[in-house]
Amino acid sequence: MMHFMLLFSRQGKLRLQKWYTATAERDKKKMVRELMQIVLARKPKMCSFLEWRDLKIVYKRYASLYFCCAIEEQDNELITLEVIHRFVELLDKYFGSVCELDIIFNFEKAYFILDEFLMGGEIQDTSKKSVLKAIEQADLLQEEDESPRSVLEEMGLA
Amino acid sequence: MPAPIRLRELIRTIRTARTQAEEREMIQKECAAIRSSFREEDNTYRCRNVAKLLYMHMLGYPAHFGQLECLKLIASQKFTDKRIGYLGAMLLLDERQDVHLLMTNCIKNDLNHSTQYVQGLALCTLGCMGSSEMCRDLAGEVEKLLKTSNSYLRKKAALCAVHVIRKVPELMEMFLPATKNLLSEKNHGVLHTSVVLLTEMCERSPDMLAHFRKNEKLVPQLVRILKNLIMSGYSPEHDVSGISDPFLQVRILRLLRILGRSDDDSSEAMNDILAQVATNTETSKNVGNAILYETVLTIMDIKSESGLRVLAINILGRFLLNNDKNIRYVALTSLLKTVQTDHNAVQRHRSTIVDCLKDLDVSIKRRAMELSFALVNGNNIRGMMKELLYFLDSCDPEFKADCASGVFLAAEKYAPSKRWHIDTIMRVLTTAGSYVRDDSVPNLIQLITNSVEMHAYTVQRLYKALLDDISQQPLVQVASWCIGEYGDLLVSGQCEEEEPIQVTEDEVLDVLEGLLVSNLSTPVTRGYSLTAIMKLSTRFTSVNRIKKVVSIYGSSIDVELQQRAVEYNALFKKYDHMRPALLERMPIMEKSASNGPTEIVQTNGETEPSVEPKHPPPVTQPANQANDLLDLLGGNDVVPVIQTTMPTKPASAGGELLDLLGDLSLSGGPAPAPAPSVPTSQPPFLLDGLSSQPLFNDIAAAAIPPMTAYNKNGLKIDFTFERANPNPNIAVITIHASNSTEADMTDFVFQAAVPKTFQLQLLSPSSNVVPALNQGTVTQVIRVLNPQKQQLRMRIKLTYTLKGSPVQDLAEVNNFPPQSWQ
Repeated sequence: MMHFMLLFSRQGKLRLQKWYTATAERDKKKMVRELMQIVLARKPKMCSFLEWRDLKIVYKRYASLYFCCAIEEQDNELITLEVIHRFVELLDKYFGSVCELDIIFNFEKAYFILDEFLMGGEIQDTSKKSVLKAIEQADLLQEEDESPRSVLEEMGLA
Repeated sequence: MPAPIRLRELIRTIRTARTQAEEREMIQKECAAIRSSFREEDNTYRCRNVAKLLYMHMLGYPAHFGQLECLKLIASQKFTDKRIGYLGAMLLLDERQDVHLLMTNCIKNDLNHSTQYVQGLALCTLGCMGSSEMCRDLAGEVEKLLKTSNSYLRKKAALCAVHVIRKVPELMEMFLPATKNLLSEKNHGVLHTSVVLLTEMCERSPDMLAHFRKNEKLVPQLVRILKNLIMSGYSPEHDVSGISDPFLQVRILRLLRILGRSDDDSSEAMNDILAQVATNTETSKNVGNAILYETVLTIMDIKSESGLRVLAINILGRFLLNNDKNIRYVALTSLLKTVQTDHNAVQRHRSTIVDCLKDLDVSIKRRAMELSFALVNGNNIRGMMKELLYFLDSCDPEFKADCASGVFLAAEKYAPSKRWHIDTIMRVLTTAGSYVRDDSVPNLIQLITNSVEMHAYTVQRLYKALLDDISQQPLVQVASWCIGEYGDLLVSGQCEEEEPIQVTEDEVLDVLEGLLVSNLSTPVTRGYSLTAIMKLSTRFTSVNRIKKVVSIYGSSIDVELQQRAVEYNALFKKYDHMRPALLERMPIMEKSASNGPTEIVQTNGETEPSVEPKHPPPVTQPANQANDLLDLLGGNDVVPVIQTTMPTKPASAGGELLDLLGDLSLSGGPAPAPAPSVPTSQPPFLLDGLSSQPLFNDIAAAAIPPMTAYNKNGLKIDFTFERANPNPNIAVITIHASNSTEADMTDFVFQAAVPKTFQLQLLSPSSNVVPALNQGTVTQVIRVLNPQKQQLRMRIKLTYTLKGSPVQDLAEVNNFPPQSWQ
């Protein structure tokens, strides 16, 4: 299972952090700082895997963002790379050619997509279409929530 | 109160901050606004405020005051509120705090909500961060949802169940019934999560594992699903680079691994599909390789037939040649796991593995190094060592210690010749000397002592290395020790292996003294060099210079050095007659392969030879001094002498030494000298004889009459005899020394020597003070082996101090009763 996933920029700014294990706030901060330092120090030619504490770290850089996952000893590193790629594809489809700014300004949406794709460190659905459809429907629900109010307000009946 | 600013607005504003301080100011201002908004219990904007708080939390600012607000959002009826509320709960709430338990009721309600997306939110939150208490409370709800026909909910419930089981393993049982039809689903989401659930259950409980194997016939089901995935045509929904649902394939392979482990039937049932996947999967992209990787792991872990195993190793071999370094890394890791069990198959890829030593990536290099060491054997040692030494030269410091240790181990196991071995050690010490582990130093010294014919060569090379560089402590320590031991060979220019160098005693002493004063030397190293200098006092002629050095360090600030110097000084002054024997050549050391006894020997003859002088003469044993007598009797020199310096436990020490002695062979031909050692043909018996204390507990059946061996100047020495059972060739003599003068005889030392055809061993005496006026006796045991049954003769030497003056005497003992040697 995946223990956590981090997204951070080349300047070391955290853009997303999802933890699948119960960890104290203080420890999370420490681990994030440490890991960011290690990953940012890696050269381009190096492989995407490294050992850290008792976990395996799988990371990949997409444009200005690093996607970094921590998996267990018995997990498959190569398929984890595919998991990261699938997440990026989902973001890309949702935002339309996603860039770091999209994730900065819509971080809560990025979380929603992630929570529809992974749960407890495992994949919920292997179909891209299925995940995106669920997000779409949930967004619609959200709009339904909001629109009645504004309509009423418009009519001056709020 | 104006409406709180929108989230996007806040983000934009914060990003305009040019300094950390400016950002902090903005954040504090906004936090204050949010706090007052919370206090006003404003429902409309709570969602917006919490979202902003979550953003600020991600930047690293505290947001705990928003925790309760998240709970209120979760309880709201609006979907938007719930969405943000649950997100906030997952980010801000901590299962360590009781606050989180307040969520439980809300989640319970939402699990039964009419809208599946709300149910989804609840399941997700529970499945990501549910604490044990929450899981216990809500497991029933999850189990219910696991049985629903709604695949959207079913897949989430499955993963939620996985989390519940991880948190509260006892609850596993209750999910069992719901798993019955999970695998007959068509929906890939449900299939995938079901496989994960089944994997978790099988991994945690052997009973579950057995149940799924036998009763549920899981393996055939999984094989069928996997087959469909491979054989079926293009499915756009699940396709990744031409492969159908690789994620599901990998999970199924992993579950198969668990099912097939240590189970012949299951393993057999999956052989075909594994072979199929291994041969048909596209390898051009990472996806295909991910599946192959999982397949290889499964093949190696189950009871697969050999053909399949070879196929798996070959796949790994191909991986090693892949351009993608990730694939190479994964291959090396897997090969490392299989090298023990499938050694020959992995050997075939040795050259590729060795090439990986030159890779730029640190992780790949490390794995290649570990694998290379695992592959070294008697046949490839020369070639492999060349590569590994080259690697040692150029690798990063983090590798050097491990590499050096690995090289030593491999060299010890497979060295083709002693010279090669010594050369390899030298190479490591000179190139990576400061990274060598501390425990290598004694091991190396032991190795060097054992290569008797290489002593001159070794000391010469080490000396030359010292001239170049004295900064690498392990090298310096080994070198000083060797120079101390074999310095005589160094100055006499006796080297056979290479051109002997011309070096004088003074030059050698210059080098050793240089080590003592150098800032680069650690205290341990200084100890080594002082002892080495001391040892040279019996090998060199310039004793005065050595005496001077030793006395200078008698006032050294370093306590260890001071103590050594003081004791060595004492050796020069009071115990000069003991000095040659004490500083004798070291015996061949036993590696601590056998138990207990040899530990003592190790400390005895270890790198700190200062152990000997630390317990100056009074109670040390005369065994080695028999050497002097040997000279008198015309025995050989340079026979390894065993030091019996364990004064504290005389009886057992003797036994343990015989342990050692049993393995020693005498140098040279037919019993060259009656050194106090034991013939190799006899060891078992002797050990038996000594296993219990007292050492010789059997009384000779035929009692042999005692005799007086010596009686002069008030000192009387009687011999009593026993036959050591069951070997009649060994006579056990106990000497009893008594003193009829008015004063005690102190520093009493008894030594004995026998002719060539005999062998003798002297054990520790009871004491070294013979009390005056026959008030007590000193006893000591002698064991004499007399295989040829010749007449027993003995020459004895007695030394003691009487009324302040030393007394020495020699005598022959010829009056042994015939029974003692017949």
